[in-house]
Amino acid sequence: MINSRFFNRSELIGFVTLAVLLFVILPLTIDIFRLNLVAKYLTYAFVGIGLVLCWGYGGILSLGQGVFFGLGGYCMAMYLKLEASSAANTKIQSTPGIPDFMDWNQITQLPLFWQPFHSFAFTILAIILVPAFFSFIIGAAMFKRRVGGVYFAIITQAIAAILTILIVGQQGYTGGINGITDLRTLNGWDIRTDHAKFILYFVEVICLFGCIVAAQFIRLTKLGRILVAMREQEDRVRFSGYSVANFKIFAFCAAAVFASIGGAMFTLEVGFMSPSFVGIVPSIEMVIYTAVGGRMSIFGAVYGSLLVNFAKTSLSESFPQLWLFGLGALFIAVVLAFPDGLSGIWRDYIQPRVDRLMSSRKSKSGNGWTDSSVADGAPAE
Amino acid sequence: MLVGHQPKDFLLAVEALTVSFDGFKAVNDLSLYVEENEIRVIIGPNGAGKTTVLDLICGKTKATSGSIQFRGQELTKLKENQIVQAGVGRKFQTPSVFEDLTVFENLEISYPRGRTVFGSLTFKRDAAVRERVEEVAEMVFLNDRLNVYADQLSHGQKQWLEIGMLLIQDPDLLMLDEPVAGMSVSERVKTAELLNRIIKDRSVLVIEHDMKFVEDIAHKVTVLHQGQILSEGSMEHVKNDPKVIEVYLGH
Repeated sequence: MINSRFFNRSELIGFVTLAVLLFVILPLTIDIFRLNLVAKYLTYAFVGIGLVLCWGYGGILSLGQGVFFGLGGYCMAMYLKLEASSAANTKIQSTPGIPDFMDWNQITQLPLFWQPFHSFAFTILAIILVPAFFSFIIGAAMFKRRVGGVYFAIITQAIAAILTILIVGQQGYTGGINGITDLRTLNGWDIRTDHAKFILYFVEVICLFGCIVAAQFIRLTKLGRILVAMREQEDRVRFSGYSVANFKIFAFCAAAVFASIGGAMFTLEVGFMSPSFVGIVPSIEMVIYTAVGGRMSIFGAVYGSLLVNFAKTSLSESFPQLWLFGLGALFIAVVLAFPDGLSGIWRDYIQPRVDRLMSSRKSKSGNGWTDSSVADGAPAE
Repeated sequence: MLVGHQPKDFLLAVEALTVSFDGFKAVNDLSLYVEENEIRVIIGPNGAGKTTVLDLICGKTKATSGSIQFRGQELTKLKENQIVQAGVGRKFQTPSVFEDLTVFENLEISYPRGRTVFGSLTFKRDAAVRERVEEVAEMVFLNDRLNVYADQLSHGQKQWLEIGMLLIQDPDLLMLDEPVAGMSVSERVKTAELLNRIIKDRSVLVIEHDMKFVEDIAHKVTVLHQGQILSEGSMEHVKNDPKVIEVYLGH
């Protein structure tokens, strides 16, 4: 019968492997500087998981996930900035108690939309609800009018560009091109120390596994199957009695919320937020991480984010000019040669060998149709 | 029912339906009435507007003018999914099934429950669903293929699967666009048998070119030509209509 367990065997292995890697191996083997880098890379894994649902499953390519990454990141940054801008810390400013960049821009009063970010509870809510709200508006406007495919992708690019311009232009309210910098403490706890970075890494990994479980849950419900169905035969879904637009909106919102959580974690790990993580280029990079990892695989998205970012760090140090070309070439190569990315390579080349080695006697009984040719065309069940 | 005491209880009443694409009237002032439990076959040469009529009824194409009443409900104002929920099922010309899903999952998606976003998140695959899926799979000769991904099915099996997906919706009006096109002879026979079984207790609107097949199943035949009705009546009547022979059957 069809698998009704939460993880099938190979997914369970994937889950445990990733957990061991992130919770045990990496923290034990690499120094805190590198671990913090891994934490930074993993913030993109949140975006990747969202893209797996939205793009891999639902077929909705968003080239503007940086928008939601940024919204989450800025929400967190605003909270931290307010905390760092206490009257005592900012007494040399002409208006003490407001963020330094506001003071430099002759703003003398905290803007209204900054006020609620004094509250940590509000900030956490905002990290979830602000991107959900914006993605709902964008999704409803697009999908109800049946804008899809490449047009949708272009519009999301435009939105990423618009938001960047807005942030840069409204320097007094947003910190402009520099972003919101010099973040110090979270509820009085200094986030710049090595110890804090170590703790934050684990907080992030726990959040990441929360998102993995949530995404897996969505994937296994009927909604997950409708997303796959929609990607293939939108009309058939419509004529099976479903409002396709609502399902697309849901997938897009879920991806936005995941991206936003990643953005908020980014701010905590890196200690600042700037428009350079919002715009067109970072948004496309996020899609590349997902494509390299495998757009149908939640775990693939995590590994893709880790590996591409690791490559980016090492290569951009040695070949700063060439790196972007390398990234572009990587994307083209993956799409042409391995459309299912690393997870596809694993599934098609490595796993069969592992399986053969592991169990020559253990025949997966049941329907007799689980040979590799079936699994190939199938979303990993 | 609204029209209880009128002479005929039409399930579907299409009146003065017109659709024009940039001035070209693909369907022109068409009126068509389908009764409860009637099997109506629409035939006609290529470009006669047969598929467009089905598109209009199921909401895929919006009518320029005219009305489509289904059980007294105006369909031209509804969205596709609302039309399905009102009880109209549509099979497309090319088999459109979800190839990345199994036969079971294909049928399950069409099961009329949990059709909203949150409904589908909380949808449980319970005994009722399983039973119904298995029952329908049996009807469409796919009961030993439930766990097979749909891309592994033959063309004929895909057509059956799509018919099964419609059956599980349990529509009052079933619209089939060339259900036997591209099928082998034996598949054709099986399909005719299948259709004869499933058309009980519902009305069916079929587009088909295979005249033998049409003769087998039709209660009434409508011949379309250039977006208008050329002739309508029993197969016998239509076959002997000189206008029909001229534009269609004579060829």
